[in-house]
Amino acid sequence: MVLFLIASGLSLIFGVTRIVNFAHGSFYMLAAYLTYAFAARLPLGGAAFYAAALLAALATGLLGLVVEVLLLRRVYRAPELYQLLLTFALVLVIADLVRFVWGTENLTGPPAPGLAGAVPIAGQLFPTYDLVLIGLGPAVALALWALFYRTRYGILIRAATLDREMVAVLGVDEARLYTSVFVLGSCLAGLAGALQVPRQALTNVMDTTVLTEAFVVVVVGGMGSVGGALLAAIVIGVSDAFGVLVLPGASLVLTFVVMAAILIVRPWGLRGRPAGQERAAAAGVAARPALPRAWGWALLAALVLLPPLLPTYWVWLLAEVLALSLFAASLYLLMGAGGMVSFGHAGAFGLGAYGAALLMLRAGWPMPLAFAGAPLVAAAASAVIGFFAVRLTSIYFAMLTLAFAQIGYALVHQWYDLTGGDNGLLGVWPARWLASPLRFYGLALAACGGGVALLSRVERAPFGLTLRAVRDHPRRAEAVGVNIHRHQLLAFVIAGFFGGLAGATFVYLKGSAFPEYLALPVSVEALVMVLLGGVGTLAGAPVGAAVYTLLDTVVTRYTAYWQAVLGALLILLVLAFPRGIVGALPGRGR
Amino acid sequence: MRPYRLVLLGITLTLAFAGPAGAEGPIRIGEINSYSGIGAPFTLPYRAAVEMAVDEINARGGVGGRRLEVLFRDDRGQPAEAIKHAQELVTADGVTLLAGGFLSNVGLAISDWARQHRVMYVAAEPLTEALTWSQGHPWVVRVRPNTYEQGRMLAERAARTGHVRWATIGPNYEYGKRAWETFRDRLRELRPGVEVVGEHWPVLGKLEPGPYVTAILGERPDALYVSLFGSDWLAFVREANKRGLFEKMFVVGILLGEPEYIDPLRTEAPEGMLVTGYPWYAIAAPAHRRWVEAFRQRTSAEPRLGSLVGYITVLSIVEALRRAGADLGADRLSAAFRGLAVETPIGPITFRAVDGQSTMGAWVGTTRLDRVRGVGVMGDYEYVPGERVLPPADEVLKMQAGH
Repeated sequence: MVLFLIASGLSLIFGVTRIVNFAHGSFYMLAAYLTYAFAARLPLGGAAFYAAALLAALATGLLGLVVEVLLLRRVYRAPELYQLLLTFALVLVIADLVRFVWGTENLTGPPAPGLAGAVPIAGQLFPTYDLVLIGLGPAVALALWALFYRTRYGILIRAATLDREMVAVLGVDEARLYTSVFVLGSCLAGLAGALQVPRQALTNVMDTTVLTEAFVVVVVGGMGSVGGALLAAIVIGVSDAFGVLVLPGASLVLTFVVMAAILIVRPWGLRGRPAGQERAAAAGVAARPALPRAWGWALLAALVLLPPLLPTYWVWLLAEVLALSLFAASLYLLMGAGGMVSFGHAGAFGLGAYGAALLMLRAGWPMPLAFAGAPLVAAAASAVIGFFAVRLTSIYFAMLTLAFAQIGYALVHQWYDLTGGDNGLLGVWPARWLASPLRFYGLALAACGGGVALLSRVERAPFGLTLRAVRDHPRRAEAVGVNIHRHQLLAFVIAGFFGGLAGATFVYLKGSAFPEYLALPVSVEALVMVLLGGVGTLAGAPVGAAVYTLLDTVVTRYTAYWQAVLGALLILLVLAFPRGIVGALPGRGR
Repeated sequence: MRPYRLVLLGITLTLAFAGPAGAEGPIRIGEINSYSGIGAPFTLPYRAAVEMAVDEINARGGVGGRRLEVLFRDDRGQPAEAIKHAQELVTADGVTLLAGGFLSNVGLAISDWARQHRVMYVAAEPLTEALTWSQGHPWVVRVRPNTYEQGRMLAERAARTGHVRWATIGPNYEYGKRAWETFRDRLRELRPGVEVVGEHWPVLGKLEPGPYVTAILGERPDALYVSLFGSDWLAFVREANKRGLFEKMFVVGILLGEPEYIDPLRTEAPEGMLVTGYPWYAIAAPAHRRWVEAFRQRTSAEPRLGSLVGYITVLSIVEALRRAGADLGADRLSAAFRGLAVETPIGPITFRAVDGQSTMGAWVGTTRLDRVRGVGVMGDYEYVPGERVLPPADEVLKMQAGH
């Protein structure tokens, strides 16, 4: 039921403001720590915990207010996904704030006073507190229902969920509506975090662990539907509990299999409605190289000529930047040119990495062949995933790609005989004649530089232009005879191929493959790179990848609180370049 | 940002960073560990003891007249990040060797990088057996007793209790699986009638305890083997306490007597559990007492097992450096570590010649509450040295060849 509280807040915020709020889990975590701190300090005896929980929820709502007014409001006019970048930066900042104030060790809060015991039901003891929470979920759902269906405010919210522009045209103050919804959603996240304190240990990573699950519930339920979130929380909770008894080996993957199955059958979730015509992140941006051609040649010359003069570490770092540039560029083809935002692009990256590792270690292929074969593995998997995914739109597409990436993650994580499980595959090193840093760099430059060049060619080819047409006006494109899904599927496969090539380059640089390569943080980093560089042009992706990686590397070297510093820098960058770094160059972009 | 500016930035940063250590400068150690991410709750007490050991060595004139300097890097719990630090530490900062590690996968990634690039790596805390056995190589050694050793220690004592019906719960990681398998296999050797009635593998870091406690109670085992740790363990205990699980069965917990895992439970710590751990408050050896006192004075915190491992890691490195002499190349260091004897606060340990695993042992005992300190402690404990549970050289060679 705690999951329902988080998910309903997330769902509300997305439904009205279209913000994919990555910081929602951070609000949840912060509220849990605040409850812990308040409960220890309030001189109220047994009531201290409850007062603390309430205070923490309100404080989180207040934080939501500050965040919305000071930060998010500034970028509502930017392409939609830039709010996502801001909330990602907030995740980093809040994580370090918690680390700074409460330290890294796990904390256990007080048991809920008066409800710490257990009640015998049918021969089993059930914790009283859990029973109270089970009752609280539907109560909150009922209160929200009353708010939405019995008040004028609720009518406005529902109207905004369906058609924001129309609500604005009718003279409703959008800004205030958005702010209030964001505050309400944050409060719900805070309440969830506070109520979790008697049940769970407090950790520095509870923000990210809860976020994926919350997304699952929101999407399965249908974005913007509180009733759907309640239903989905029950479905996921039951399938988890059922899985414990019946399929103990599948605990990692079950949730995502359920989610994928539901999305394939019901593309808008259990209770969601087909979204109206939405503007894609980069809608209306023409296909043209953002940078003068001469710059491209100068950059290439520098990348070829400079490395022999650089210290070894910088050669390695540049190779990493190249791999991530191609990774970001391949995602750009999907989300920029194709208007399809993927939250699971790490799947392609990780399959490329594992493809290379498995072909070499298990199938015994020579390294160059394995390197060349890896992108094909990723492309083949992308063809299967894409077949299901391209039928979905907007956030549902994003979440189905996430589900498939998570299924891939669970597969490599649990298939010990083939993949080595969480201990990974070791010894994935380049052939001897390619192993020196400079030679490997040469390979990375050829593969990734070449990959970016090819992607740029694809983008400007008739195929790329048609893809844009499909992105901006799917109906019209269809009317003139374009097979929408076939174009989108092809784009998905191409992106998968180059994502896989990036993963293969990365794995030979690091020497080992781990399930983490397929996990959500890798997908999110790719998104961050694309957005940071600018979603309007392919050149943004490599620039974003380079800036992000170099910033990260430098900041990490100088401070233990790298997350806070990196997050703050990202916030500044987003506010300074609301269309991305390349998008802000004079005379370009929109 | 314009490309040429990026290039300029690159050059500037390079000039700022590239400062290779000369032969007469300090001896640098590159220390990579999880100071953020899922390993973070356990690494700060380790780091504090590493710093303490380094200060002590330097106060006594360093090693061969050279100061010791440790560069700490945060791997964030991600193997790829750890490799990036290894690359930088070795080629840009000129460290003599790499050390550290908490998570098994990060330890394995660093170790494999070290093998490929011929750099010595002293793994401190990663537990996986693979590190020194199936994935072992000449340039890696490990300080802490591994999963296999601790599983066997527990099995030998658990076998005396005579429980027949066993269940287990642990994280769905190699660690959880191996912790159980080594325990179960040894227990069956000693008590052939042992029966397994349930195995549960929740997702690491996401334990929703209710269904698991229900399932375990439903299986009615005599005894439960637990390899959960961190926040999963804390959540499990709270739920299990409410539902009387600890009264209904005998519970064995690997690592769960370590202060890292038992202290956060405070007075909720279950009593009567058989655990491996570190009863620093009770170990009477004078050298250990002095060490605990010095650590508490310096940090005004109680030591954790990580602190002890961190301290011993530095002592071991110093001994190896002394043994290697003037040439600190990786091959010389590798040779110096093989068969190296180190005097530590808990007595002498040796890095075995065959696999580089140290013979540092662990304490096996039963938990009870210390009402004065308000935490769970280990009673009736015994120190089991690594020699007693480590496999002989020929078995290790077979495992290394099997890779």
